[in-house]
Amino acid sequence: MCQVEEEYHEQLERAAVPSVSKKCVKCKEGTAAVVIKAGDAYCRECFKEYFIHKFRAMLGKNRIIFPAEKVLLAVSGGPSSCSMLRQVQEGLSQNAHNKLRFLPGIVYIDEGGAIGQSVEERQRTVAELCAVFKAAGLPFHIVPLEQVLDLPTSVLQATGPSTSERPASEYKAAVDHFIQRNSSSCLTQGEQKEPSLPDVQEPHTQSLQQLMLSAKTLTAKEDLLNTLRQHLLVHTARTEGYSKLMLGDNCTRLAVKLLTNVSLGRGAQLAQDTGFSDNRYGDIILVRPMRDYSAKEIGLYNHLFNVASVFNPSLETKTSEKASIQRLTEGFVTRLQADFPSTVSIIYRTGEKLQTACKSSSTGDHGDRCLLCMCALDSAVDPASAFHMTLISEQLSQIKSSGKTDAELPRPNQGQCCSSGGGEDCGRAASGGGCCSSAKVTETPNMKSLLCYSCKLTVKDLSSPDHLPLYILSEAQRRQRRSHMREEISEFLLDDGDDGD
Amino acid sequence: MPVLCSSCAEKRAVMKRPKTGHSLCKECFFWAFEEEVHQTILAAKLFKHGERVGIAASGGKDSTVLAHVMKLLNERYNYGLELMLLSVDEGITGYRDDSLETVKRNQEQYELPLKIVSYEELYGWTMDAIVKQVGLKNNCTFCGVFRRQALDRGAIMLKVDKICTGHNADDVAETVLMNILRGDIARLRRCTAISTDSEGDGVVPRCKPLKYAYEKEIVLYAYFKRLDYFSTECIYSPNAYRGYARTFLKDLESVRPSSIMDVMHSGENLSVREGLKMPVQGTCDRCGYISSQPLCKSCVLLEGLNRGLPKLGIGKHHRLLDKILSEQPLTEKEERKLKAVDF
Repeated sequence: MCQVEEEYHEQLERAAVPSVSKKCVKCKEGTAAVVIKAGDAYCRECFKEYFIHKFRAMLGKNRIIFPAEKVLLAVSGGPSSCSMLRQVQEGLSQNAHNKLRFLPGIVYIDEGGAIGQSVEERQRTVAELCAVFKAAGLPFHIVPLEQVLDLPTSVLQATGPSTSERPASEYKAAVDHFIQRNSSSCLTQGEQKEPSLPDVQEPHTQSLQQLMLSAKTLTAKEDLLNTLRQHLLVHTARTEGYSKLMLGDNCTRLAVKLLTNVSLGRGAQLAQDTGFSDNRYGDIILVRPMRDYSAKEIGLYNHLFNVASVFNPSLETKTSEKASIQRLTEGFVTRLQADFPSTVSIIYRTGEKLQTACKSSSTGDHGDRCLLCMCALDSAVDPASAFHMTLISEQLSQIKSSGKTDAELPRPNQGQCCSSGGGEDCGRAASGGGCCSSAKVTETPNMKSLLCYSCKLTVKDLSSPDHLPLYILSEAQRRQRRSHMREEISEFLLDDGDDGD
Repeated sequence: MPVLCSSCAEKRAVMKRPKTGHSLCKECFFWAFEEEVHQTILAAKLFKHGERVGIAASGGKDSTVLAHVMKLLNERYNYGLELMLLSVDEGITGYRDDSLETVKRNQEQYELPLKIVSYEELYGWTMDAIVKQVGLKNNCTFCGVFRRQALDRGAIMLKVDKICTGHNADDVAETVLMNILRGDIARLRRCTAISTDSEGDGVVPRCKPLKYAYEKEIVLYAYFKRLDYFSTECIYSPNAYRGYARTFLKDLESVRPSSIMDVMHSGENLSVREGLKMPVQGTCDRCGYISSQPLCKSCVLLEGLNRGLPKLGIGKHHRLLDKILSEQPLTEKEERKLKAVDF
């Protein structure tokens, strides 16, 4: 075939030139700059339009953010949340018709203490981000994660839906009204005071680190960190007067989150964890406007249009593939996506169609909510369920009669409320806390009844729940007291539930 | 330093339970394992006294242990069930004929009646012949669809009231994950159910008594009880999509052993949003079997095989199916699409 003197008799076919100079598929004029999905090549301008339009459509379609509402943007410094910040900026600066009509603010949670960063590193990151936020021209708050130790218990008490959750039918009327009133003036946000960078106390950092260390597995650490971060965000939103919280989760990350949550036993809470809006806290609604963007689209946009982002290491950075369930799932989805390019979008769309199967009261009665994640409890009483069978397995594998707890027995040592006393062993995992007569806060058997299935697993992985922040422990005690009260008078109560605390 | 069994605290522990991490002696493990299956059967009310129950036996570990435990519990707790073995011969040389020997041995050991149905007699095709036509990528679809109907036909021949299969916790968890990855909402809703609905003629309700038993514990049980079974991977299966879900589940289990139950718990608590269109159960026009489409999947697949168009039931060729059924000729391009085989 490749001989020196061979002559080619046939016409040589012109191979199709790989599309370097293709035209944009949308406007058919500009040269293509990016390829988004299979085969769709867009030019810069069309891509920008497409990107911005998606953001607006997501907000407009869901009609949840009303004009003049204060919305807090949770920015971690990563590409998704910085892109979200840029979209909000763009939306505010446009001329009248399409302008975004809410009042945004920014919050950054400094988690360096939990990860083990030095004070200098943390200050450096904060300074970089401050520069970015100042350039955006919006009020911003820097909150170190250590503040979570000082939260009030009100964080764990879902208030009823406040005035901020108005029905979608009012939306159009509200918008028209707003436009009429404010056609001349523009939205002002008041004096933008220079926020002071809060001082972080060393002992606080140490308590936080101790809490993190008490989680024996990386999976539990991450879950705990997520919970604490969310509590802090909601609290900040409440105290600073915001009614909505915008999170920057993109499609890829949400698909991974969905699969992770299924693996962690959080199937019942899927709709709230990965949906567009999350109303578990009642007055503060969590919103995820970036959920339609794949990580690739965000990366391309940030690169083409110079969106500044700051890299922040997390708990998972540089860990091995099987270090935690979250890390494992991320690797799995990414690899599967390479072989089957529609994986992420299928998972995402599946998530949109699912909801919880639990039958429980929606709001009001705190007894029905998980202590940590604030979602409805999913520990069904149904005897033919996986949860019930795990309890049975525990029972069948342990000593039935009471006997001394042997140090040799490789048993998980949470859930044995009297292990500190070294005496009787209660055996059954779901027993009441009657044998713990001490006034100690660590009444782990009862804490289990306050938690949903997966939060139970997280707490089980803690060497001791004593290190949990005070607000969690106090709220746990309060709920236990209330449920004891309820047990005492249960035969005299006519109505079952519906009386909030 | 010998570790004592955490249940009886007398004997030395010989194994560690994958499910809970406790160390148990042989007898306590047997008891725990059998008792869990018994609790499952009671809690889900799987059987009624006096029923005829067919145990789907493939000769593999799950069905061998299932047969053993069902016979044991039936005697120990007086379920009053009449048990029999039902086996399917797919016609895979070197795999199925070996495992069928195990089933025949089981029949002798447990003294249970046995019925074997084969693809050859039911459909006129063995899996070997099917793979020659279809290739190695989509053959699991054929096998699975045909086996389902084969089990039902066999059950009707044996006149049983219920079939029980050896699906274990790992299988159910894998199925949940696979259905999420494939976006199969309808199946996602049904796959964690421990027994199927029992409507319609030609359909025998089936249940999974081993639903909450870990695969590893099944192997441990069989090992310590010295049960004999046939353990090889089907030679045609390496490319199945389920393999991805299986690897992922195995990795999950290595990070956190309770993951299998956690995934099942998630699956049990999922439901479909209201207002979504779901397939409705009807019957097949040709054979009368249950189906959500006018023709059941077996008939479609068989049609494709008999006409030399193996991709007829695979993928979305609805229009082409209609054309074929209404006896219209296909264009060459369409024929090529249906014939395309990837090896």
